[in-house]
Parts: sequence; C-alpha cells; structure tokens
Amino acid sequence: MTITEKILARAAGKQKLSPDDVVFAKVDKVMMHDVSGPGVIKVFSEWEKKGVKLDHIWNPDSVWVTEDHFVPAADRVSAENVIALSNFTKKYGINKHFKYGLGQYGICHTLSHEEALVLPGEVYVGGDSHTNTTGAMGTFAAGLGHTDVAYVLMNGQIWFRVPETLLFKIEGNKPAHIMAKDIILQIIGDIGTDGANYKAMQFVGSVVKNLIMEERLTLTNMTTEAGAKNGIIEPDETTNAYLRERTDAKYSPMNGDADAHYSEVFTYEIEKLEPTVAKPFSPSNISAARELQGTELDKAYIGSCTGAKLEDLREAAKILKGKKVKIRTEVLPAAQSIYMKALNEGLINIFMEAGAVVGPPTCGACCGAHMGVLGKDEVCISTTNRNFPGRMGHVESKTYLASPLVVAASAVKGKITDPRDVKN
Amino acid sequence: MKRTLRGKVHKYDKDNIDTDVILPGPYLKIHDHKELAKHAMEGIDPKFPEKVSEGDFLVTGNNFGCGSSREHAPIALSQAGIKAILSPSFARIFYRNSVDGGYLLPIEIDGSTVKKISDKDELEINLAQNRITNITKNEQYPMKPFPELIARIVESGGLMNYKPA
Ligand code: SF4
Repeated sequence: MTITEKILARAAGKQKLSPDDVVFAKVDKVMMHDVSGPGVIKVFSEWEKKGVKLDHIWNPDSVWVTEDHFVPAADRVSAENVIALSNFTKKYGINKHFKYGLGQYGICHTLSHEEALVLPGEVYVGGDSHTNTTGAMGTFAAGLGHTDVAYVLMNGQIWFRVPETLLFKIEGNKPAHIMAKDIILQIIGDIGTDGANYKAMQFVGSVVKNLIMEERLTLTNMTTEAGAKNGIIEPDETTNAYLRERTDAKYSPMNGDADAHYSEVFTYEIEKLEPTVAKPFSPSNISAARELQGTELDKAYIGSCTGAKLEDLREAAKILKGKKVKIRTEVLPAAQSIYMKALNEGLINIFMEAGAVVGPPTCGACCGAHMGVLGKDEVCISTTNRNFPGRMGHVESKTYLASPLVVAASAVKGKITDPRDVKN
Repeated sequence: MKRTLRGKVHKYDKDNIDTDVILPGPYLKIHDHKELAKHAMEGIDPKFPEKVSEGDFLVTGNNFGCGSSREHAPIALSQAGIKAILSPSFARIFYRNSVDGGYLLPIEIDGSTVKKISDKDELEINLAQNRITNITKNEQYPMKPFPELIARIVESGGLMNYKPA
C-alpha cells in the first residue's frame, strides 16, 4: 500500500485498503477558520433548533481555529464572524484559537506546520481547500466543506473514498534559481487543473529529499490546483528535525510499502527547468519567465500560505537586497512568528529599504478579500496559488503566479523578469 | 430520497465549470439559502434561476465544481430547484458537499451520454436500477452506481442524518 492508503487503513481499522474503497476513518486533527467556521456554527445552531443537545464536541484538543481570511476585520460582517468564532471556541473549550492581535496567529495552512499542530501519520481535515498543504509532513491532509467539518466536530470521524496515487519523481541537480513553485507550476501545466481529481499526488526523488520543509509545503499546497484529494511526502529526517524544533509530541509516522501500487509515475529531471510563470487565468497556463520578459506589471504581491513562508521571504530578500522596487510591492508574512523571524534576520529591513510595504499576516488579497485587491485592468505578479478571473479582485484584473524569486525580480524591473536577469 | 426522479435538462456543455462561476465570491457572506439561489450559475447564465423548475437536472462537462470548498455552490443550485447533476466527473469537494449536505445528487455518466442528451430533454432517473431514461428521445443510458456508503448517505438525506453501522 502507498503511504496514503496505509494512513487511511490504520484510521479506518482495516488491514488493507485499495483505491475506490469507501470507508469511515477516525480523524486526528481538524481546523476551521473565519470563513468555514461561521458555516460550521450555522450547522450546529440548526441542529440545536431541531432539539438536538450539542453541549460538547468530540475532542476540543484536536481542533484548532484561526482567523486569517478577513483579518484585520475587513468590515462589520467579518468582525461579527470573528466574534462568533470566539463564542464558539469558548463554549466548546477549544483552546487552540489563534486570534488576530493576540500573540501567534496566521494563515491556517502555515500555523499547521509552524506550530506543529499536525503530525506525521495523522488524518487531518480542514474547512479549506488548501488543507492538502500539510501533507508535506507525511500526513493525510484533505479539505472539506462546512457540513463535513461540523460532522467531524460531533463524531470524530468522516468517510473517505480511497484515492489512487500519482507518483512524481523529481530528480537532477536543482539550480539555485529554481524553487518548488517552479516545479509544481510545471507539473500542473503538464497534467492540467483536473489532472489529479480525486487522486493523491505523492512527491519523491533526490530533489524532494533535499528540499527543506517549507519548500516541500509549496509542492503539496498547489496539489489543490490539480484537483487532488491530497498531496503527500513521506516523512524523513528533515520532517523530524523540523518538528523537533517545535514540539515534543510523539507521533507514529507511516511510510508506503516497497511494493505499493502507483496508478501513474511521472519523472522530472529539473536541471533544465526554467523559472516558470502561470499566466491568467489558470494555474496550468504556464510559460517560462523569459518568454514573458517585458510584460508590464502594476504590482507585485508576496503573500499567502503558498508564498510567504520564511524561506519564501528569504529568497525574495536575496533579490531585493540593496535594490529599489519599480512597482507597488506588498509583502505579507504568513504568520506572526514568521514576521518576527524575518524581522530578526533583517529581511523586513531589506523589503522596506527597497520601497515595499510590509503588511500584517492575513490571506488578504490572495482570495480578493481585502488588503490590496486588484482594480479593473490591473496586472499583478504574485506568489499565491490561484489566478482565476476575479480571484484577487476585479474580474478584469490579471494575475501571474510565480516563485518569490521571480516575483522579487519582476518587482525590481517593473516587468516580468527571470531572476537570472537581475544583477546583484 | 425518492427512487425515481423526473425533470427537465439544463445543459451547459463546458468542462471545468468552477465554484466562482456557480456562486461568485461576493455572495459568500450571504447565509440565507433562498437568497443564494438567486445567484446560482450567475457567472455563466444570469437567467439560470428563472429557467429552472423544481426537480430539474443539470448536464455538464468534466470536472464540474472545481475550485474552492464553498458549500454555497451546491446550496445555491439545489435551492434554485436542481435535484441532480449529470457529468462525466466532479471536483471532489463539490461532490462530497452535494452528498453530505443532502443538497443534490452528483451522478457520473459517460462523456458519450452527455453528447446524447440535449437541452430541455425530459429525463427519468431510476436510482434503484442505475438507469436514465430520456423520455423526449426514447433512449436509455447507464449511470455509474453510487458506492455503497454514499448510496446510504444519499438515502438518509445527508451525512448528518446518517448513522454509521
Ligand atoms: S492564503 Fe490564499 S490560498 Fe492560502 S488559505 Fe488564505 S486564501 Fe486560501
């Protein structure tokens, strides 16, 4: 069995599972935020109206809640959603509620690794489609709607259809100007936005082995853009070292069997991979950055769970150090702790001296919520993960998706730029 | 859930109809289900809610419902009157939201069947026999049976009403 099949089998109490089996599996961790949370709360209140007594949830310690999409409160509705979340977590004794302006907080998929809230071998579900991200920790991680999250909060389990696994072998020597973002954009460009629908995307190979945790998380984050149920990387020394810095919690990791069956194997040799950009209006609409060289831009955005982890900020700072940006450039670190680390490493100074604005951690304009949304005809290059029409603002705005290196290089030139074409 | 459904087809023969098309982002703050229905499919056909009668079907291309995990999408369609969607494939979160919320039935059919069905055809779907009858054209098509557990959730009218054995 593959790692995905083995984790699900253990959680479902089965010896063996195969793709397409449908099972109820125990959930280890569950997450909701200020957009999915209010939907969950509505499901709870509807059941209470029907006379069902809901005075406790399955396991308050397995749940965490964050405020990330519409904080700082974008308007009255957002403010009231955040109040509703606080009332809910208080009522049900959920202690892990990361509140804006009260110590650590940040984007849900960033906290899950930064705070080591999810561990290898676990089944983790969240009320957000990019929950896949956390699979880089060797976890089965999948996104759900709010009825499903409410069900898990009440019952501690949920059904899954076991996905078949697509195996992506990433080999070769990784050039310094190539980041995980380039690799995953290339893959989505090849298999399309439904290339992995219902399926697991697993990443292996010498390149993956050598990637640091935050780069691995970029690979799994964007499996959602290929329609995958989950993205996953088997845990290893890198995973353990990353977790040891953050938690002393024990965990029982899982690895796939040597004779596991993969429905398809894709091999990538990345020596020749070019810095890659996804053009409007699909993450699969890719080109080499150099082919788009000279495309005029209005703005550069370095933010989101995909592209504002500490490593993303470090790479962007390498380019921006000692330079000035030519277009509006916004940097929104993905969590309070990452902001502080970036501050201590001098990265925030580099961004500000370059002329960029540094904003508070939030999803912000990634989903077109607030904090820098695009107007009509505006063109943006962004480290985020989606560029559907209207995703970051007006339906007639345009977003190009790229790595932090490409975004920073483009900010310096004011046009789409390959990082190799910016002199140090 | 009734074992036989009967209704008229609304056909949108396009792949990758995403959740932003089905229920655009600006309406995500709305929690009133009836109000959401007024905006169903607004990104592709603003007249959609007027065209649909209670119990009708949607026939579409591949990967219907891709994009975000918003449950607003199946809610809006079902409140507009749609009882089942027939497509060669669904995006996974849309599929499970449809079933678990008890909103509507995502029914998988072959791409060749999609071609045979026309807009406004009258269909009868027999869930016990996994058979679709095109009353207008006097044809029959197979549908992919629901996996056992999903059939039971459908039967219960959604996950919240379902009691695991
Ligand atoms: S940063 Fe963007 S992709 Fe990530 S959770 Fe927020 S809205 Fe979703």
